[in-house]
Amino acid sequence: MRLHEYQSKQIYREYGIPTPDGIICTTINEAEQAVRQLHSAVIKAQVLVGGRGKAGGVLKATQDNASSIAAQIFGLTIKGLPVRKVLVEKSMAIANEYYVAIVLDRSTGSPLLMVSASGGVDIEEVARTTPHLICKRSIDPYMGLMSHQLLYMAKKLGIDDITAFSKLIRNLYNIYETFDCTLVEINPLVLTQSGHIIALDAKINIDDNALFRQKAMQELYIRNQDDLEPQEVQAKKLDMSYVDMEGNIGCIVNGAGLALATLDMISLAGGSPANFMDVRGGADAFHVGSAVSITASNPGTELLLINMFGGLTLCDEIAQGIHDTLKKLNIPVVIRLTGTNQEKGWDILHGANVTVAHSTSEAARIAVEMVQ
Amino acid sequence: MSILVNEKTRLIVQGITGHVGTLETRLMLNSGTEIVAGVTPKKGGKIIEGVPVYDTVQEVLDEMKADTSIIFVPPAHAAEAIFEAAEAGIKLVVCITEGIPVKDMVKVLPYIKDRDVRLIGPNCPGITTPGGARVGIMPDFIFSKGNVGVVSRSGTLTYEVVDTLSKAGIGQSTCVGIGGDPLIGTSFIDALGMFEDDPDTSSIVMIGEIGGTAEQEAAEYIKEYVSKPVVSYIVGISAPQGKTMGHAGAIISGGVGSAREKIRVLEGAGVSVATSPEDIVEKEKIL
Repeated sequence: MRLHEYQSKQIYREYGIPTPDGIICTTINEAEQAVRQLHSAVIKAQVLVGGRGKAGGVLKATQDNASSIAAQIFGLTIKGLPVRKVLVEKSMAIANEYYVAIVLDRSTGSPLLMVSASGGVDIEEVARTTPHLICKRSIDPYMGLMSHQLLYMAKKLGIDDITAFSKLIRNLYNIYETFDCTLVEINPLVLTQSGHIIALDAKINIDDNALFRQKAMQELYIRNQDDLEPQEVQAKKLDMSYVDMEGNIGCIVNGAGLALATLDMISLAGGSPANFMDVRGGADAFHVGSAVSITASNPGTELLLINMFGGLTLCDEIAQGIHDTLKKLNIPVVIRLTGTNQEKGWDILHGANVTVAHSTSEAARIAVEMVQ
Repeated sequence: MSILVNEKTRLIVQGITGHVGTLETRLMLNSGTEIVAGVTPKKGGKIIEGVPVYDTVQEVLDEMKADTSIIFVPPAHAAEAIFEAAEAGIKLVVCITEGIPVKDMVKVLPYIKDRDVRLIGPNCPGITTPGGARVGIMPDFIFSKGNVGVVSRSGTLTYEVVDTLSKAGIGQSTCVGIGGDPLIGTSFIDALGMFEDDPDTSSIVMIGEIGGTAEQEAAEYIKEYVSKPVVSYIVGISAPQGKTMGHAGAIISGGVGSAREKIRVLEGAGVSVATSPEDIVEKEKIL
């Protein structure tokens, strides 16, 4: 789960990391007034995807042009997400920019602290072309951050105020630990011309698996659902996983790996999937039925491809869910149903107006032929 | 032979009194797996599917021998269940539970490493040695005994691959599902090493997906240390960037972890990369 910049900054401030003065706005009018209040400002689109800067979602504004700049940003749709909120922040006179992040490192199994003096730019580009400019230290899960690590990094980056730097990194790690984060990132962290360290941007990603013990984050999660596709929200509520895509073949699959294989085979057969939908292991008739109707509700979907390999999930449960739901829908369906209790499953689907396939590749091939 | 589990395996089921734990205990018993005890705190003294239930793993080991544990404990307590099994002296722990917070796994991994415990998973379908033992939730009917070792990050996709292999007359030595989470106890490399040393395994099928760099690391390892032929299948070629595709570990971020990159590196290491389960069969046949 990803937090908005303004939500991340609120947490940063509560944990002692300074951020610029800012006002969150939902209308052009509010944004214009905010700019007036702050004098010169930056207007930043609040969307839950990366790359908003490149999409024109972060612009400087003065009192004279605030209204037109705000209108421009509110008019954007960034990677399919409309801009519903902007953060208006006071402009800073910057002396130096840094990159700071703590991220879960899959290869070592521990959090990784990364700091670079090349902040403010595309850090992935820095990592690719000049990796020596990024200083990295693993954080031991039992020891936590250690002073010598911070001292070494501060010297390496040429930071004079080692105390302020150390305090900031410790506060950031405190956020990482407290909220079950998988990423906390400041890009850029700036040293202002007046000598203050300020987080100009702020990113926090929370581990979805830990939401059950992060009550405050659960609330944010519910509030942020306005910014997601409705199908994604409905699926999440039922503990299923939905990702919107561009094509016209709606996919309902049990298991993430098999779902990915299904998308690939549709593409290999020359078609285009409308979505990824994993109903997860052990789904019952209700879940499968809901998955079918959620997928069918995507306006781009012209055909449903249901691909189920019953193991923990029973084929008769799957068939019951499909049977009950298809009665209410008018859309062509290709089904592949194999596994535990498959005979019972096919009995339930007997007479249903569906096209039968016997493997993932066959199902994909038939689906692509039918929509062409 | 085979790897990890066989007819001598003596299994404990942690979380045996839950709905899934009870059901899967019955199915594993039906497959011939020897389950010596179950564990659920405060449910000691019960009998589930003919298996005696204890409050703690240590109490089981005080009374009898067991070498392997399978975990069906809910996510909030699953990490502790792994600690418990390791502390009691179990050397192979298979964690089926999906949804364990990654912060808990950050603490689990060094602990089990120190105690020389092998963890499979979490968020995995377990291990099956056809004709030996089934420790997990994979359906029994897809397997046939043979010499292909299968290792995979996924569940149902593995079933489809194994089913396709069996129907083509290609049996398996052992099938290991290592799990779809970002942090897991056993990597592709660990499994490849075990299959390389197993006299009953003559070739290996490795099923990977987008996210992380485990397949690239496996490619390096194969180049150096694996003499047996490896056929790989990587899914997620059509997956978009920046979106988590079902498994918490399946995400392409900043270009890292794409399927094409993985396929390129594997082919560079001399691995034969298939484009579908049927293609795996074709590639296995010409080995």
